[in-house]
Amino acid sequence: MLATQEQQPGTSSAIRRPGWFDTMIRARETGLILIIMTLFCGMSLISPYFLTVENIRAMAMAFAVEGILVVGMTILLISGGIDLSVGSVTALAMVTGGWLFLNGIDPWAAAAMAIGLTMLIGMAMGFLTTVVGLHHFIVSLAVMVIARGVCLLATGGRPLGLYSLPPEFKFIGQGTIRNIPLVIIIFVVVVVAFDLMLRRTTIFRKVFYTGSNPKAAAFSGIRVGRVIFATTTLCSTLCGVAGVIYMARFGSAQPSFGVGMELNVIAAAVIGGASLSGGSGTILGAILGAVLLSMVSSSLALLNVSVYWQDIIRGSILLAAVLFDHYLVRRRR
Amino acid sequence: MGDVLLAIEDVHKSFGPVQALRGARLELRKGEIHALAGENGAGKSTLMHVIDGILQPDSGEIRLDGRKVRISSPHEAHRLGIGFVHQEIALCPEISVAENMYMSETNSSPAWFMRYADLNRRAAAVLGELGDIDPAAKAGSLSISQQQIVEIAKALTLDCRILILDEPTAALTEAEAKILFRIMHRLAEKGIAIIYISHRMAEIFAHCDRITVMRDGCHVRTADIAEITQEEVINCMVGRVLSNLYPAKQTEDERSARVILSVRGLCEGRRIFNVGFDLFEGEILGLAGLIGAGRSEIVRGICQLEGRATGEVALCGRRLDLRDYRDSIREGIVYLSEDRKSDGLFLDMSIAANVSALDINLISNGMGLIERRRELARARELGQRLQLRASSVEAPVSSLSGGNQQKVALAKMLSVDPRVIFLDEPTRGVDVGAKAEIHRQLRALAREGVGIVVISSELPELIGISDRVLVVREGRIAGEVRGADMTEERIMHLASIDIGPATARA
Repeated sequence: MLATQEQQPGTSSAIRRPGWFDTMIRARETGLILIIMTLFCGMSLISPYFLTVENIRAMAMAFAVEGILVVGMTILLISGGIDLSVGSVTALAMVTGGWLFLNGIDPWAAAAMAIGLTMLIGMAMGFLTTVVGLHHFIVSLAVMVIARGVCLLATGGRPLGLYSLPPEFKFIGQGTIRNIPLVIIIFVVVVVAFDLMLRRTTIFRKVFYTGSNPKAAAFSGIRVGRVIFATTTLCSTLCGVAGVIYMARFGSAQPSFGVGMELNVIAAAVIGGASLSGGSGTILGAILGAVLLSMVSSSLALLNVSVYWQDIIRGSILLAAVLFDHYLVRRRR
Repeated sequence: MGDVLLAIEDVHKSFGPVQALRGARLELRKGEIHALAGENGAGKSTLMHVIDGILQPDSGEIRLDGRKVRISSPHEAHRLGIGFVHQEIALCPEISVAENMYMSETNSSPAWFMRYADLNRRAAAVLGELGDIDPAAKAGSLSISQQQIVEIAKALTLDCRILILDEPTAALTEAEAKILFRIMHRLAEKGIAIIYISHRMAEIFAHCDRITVMRDGCHVRTADIAEITQEEVINCMVGRVLSNLYPAKQTEDERSARVILSVRGLCEGRRIFNVGFDLFEGEILGLAGLIGAGRSEIVRGICQLEGRATGEVALCGRRLDLRDYRDSIREGIVYLSEDRKSDGLFLDMSIAANVSALDINLISNGMGLIERRRELARARELGQRLQLRASSVEAPVSSLSGGNQQKVALAKMLSVDPRVIFLDEPTRGVDVGAKAEIHRQLRALAREGVGIVVISSELPELIGISDRVLVVREGRIAGEVRGADMTEERIMHLASIDIGPATARA
């Protein structure tokens, strides 16, 4: 008594493969590139200073180091977490490195220790969120305030002047190779490396599974806690890297550096397609989000628009991106 | 039979290019239990949402008591006396049963303060007819079946004349479902008209007065239950002939003495007590029992998915030392979760990514890089084998129907070439066509030598596909039935009444 079933005409189960063109048109990144290109062309026509090497380099420098934070945040968001402490922890890395240097420690060792400290902070946050089970938002909010407090306490609220940093060290932040700032080279390497890893490696695939549905991930034999611990630690460690680069670039350590930076970083990731509920996002998209925000800022500055307008406009762009997503997702369901 | 209470004529509704309803019709009489049947995607839910005011039809007519009405919102539906008990339970777990029941009243009540004593008294009056539930208890502390009853009580507080029940028995065991049916009959006697949506033919034929079948958004047939057979209903639903519901069982010759999986002395806290059984090559073993009896806990315990189960597990005579579910997957023992949406699938990810989730190393090149081509090919191959209907394996799982989502969940299990598969409610919320397909696949896998254990609360299904059924009661194996002994009565008896002599064997 076999369940014989007449095959329905036209319902063959052969599964089609969409063309690359189809995929590209639908990608978030394509839309962002179009918007950025439009803005770029428009600004080039309006302002004679826009399309100059100096201006483009200044814009690239403005988001290059922040872009490293965007990478860490995007990966953390994909895994389902969030980190509000990125600005403070970056400042803490700067201050720690600077303070150790001023106290006679070799600058390279001081930088390594600063990065080590941020790694430990990340591990502590990872422990509190995965083992103890507190919420990322609350834990990172607390760390954000504590790290900032430590910065101010250690410096008395004044920037540490690091003029005596050796030129080899300053080269990280100020040097150029074939007229391209090293900062931008580092940024591009980090972005390309993480973008490829996120798309291609099995380890980062686990990050997507975890963020998309932690329970289903656990039911697929993925150690969800470890994944989130790792992404939390990675995000903080990249803050350390960024902090050290800033230190070399500015030749000083500013305790109040990066206030409000976390919002900019999260906004860039979200504009680039990352979801606060986890499971989606790309590095390329997030970086394009950061490029867009940075370009809007500098365009407004060139057009002599009041700085107070800038926040309003950037906030509106974020809202527009989220609304766009909301309706796109709704239509699909 | 009573007068016509609600008449829906020629209702159309489109979502963009998709025509969800194309001339839907429904006639509901006072005091009847009216079954609404159709495959997933036939338009049942859309039609119910039209009645409940969530959706507005593009065209067509709705008449209540012979008068044309426009149901513009769920609030308006409540006012007209239409109550809707959704498939998913949506109670607030942290507040009391009574507060849950009168939630909508707080919207319209002019009072500033809650009068708890009064609320509890009124809730008790409604609940009294339905079952023994304390109105002051927190909703989250109740069992699923009690929560379902609270949902019905909530609808009844609205003084409804029409009650829509969307798959109310999906999460209930047979015994709990029986209580629900008693309640339904009592409500019908009071003149309430009930629209009953279910995939379970046995229930429809045992408890409903009339049936309306839908297919592809159209009305196919309405008939008195006495004038139609189960086969006719199913043929109306699928529009093709399913000559038989279940695939052929293992024959006497095929029966093998080779044990694939052997479990001895499995214990876990206060949930599993000394469970032992053998799974033979080529057979499908059913696990029956009431909800909460410990069926899922037993299989999850075996593959170390939850809790800390102790005991001996041997695969093909080799004793295993499984420390976590990863070890279990490595040995080829996998578990298909009962709730595919919450813990089985990654809904917003692609079909291919879902299929490879159990062991991504299978699609990696050995250096930690994913070979996309291989991943897609693997998903396509498994999709074709399970007759998955999807536009592409790169489409998100959320774009599929329930039955096809379940096929993806099944493909995920198959991607690791398992030795033993535990399936927890493999056809819950799946339409008839996909259900038959899944049954057929399970039998084919068993023939290939994969050990299969199925848990189902739907007894006819369990009896239909299993070669042997173990009955679980209070964390123990209460007995075993096979062959002609496999009847609903026998299983229910073992599951709920007492532990018979069969216990000695287990």
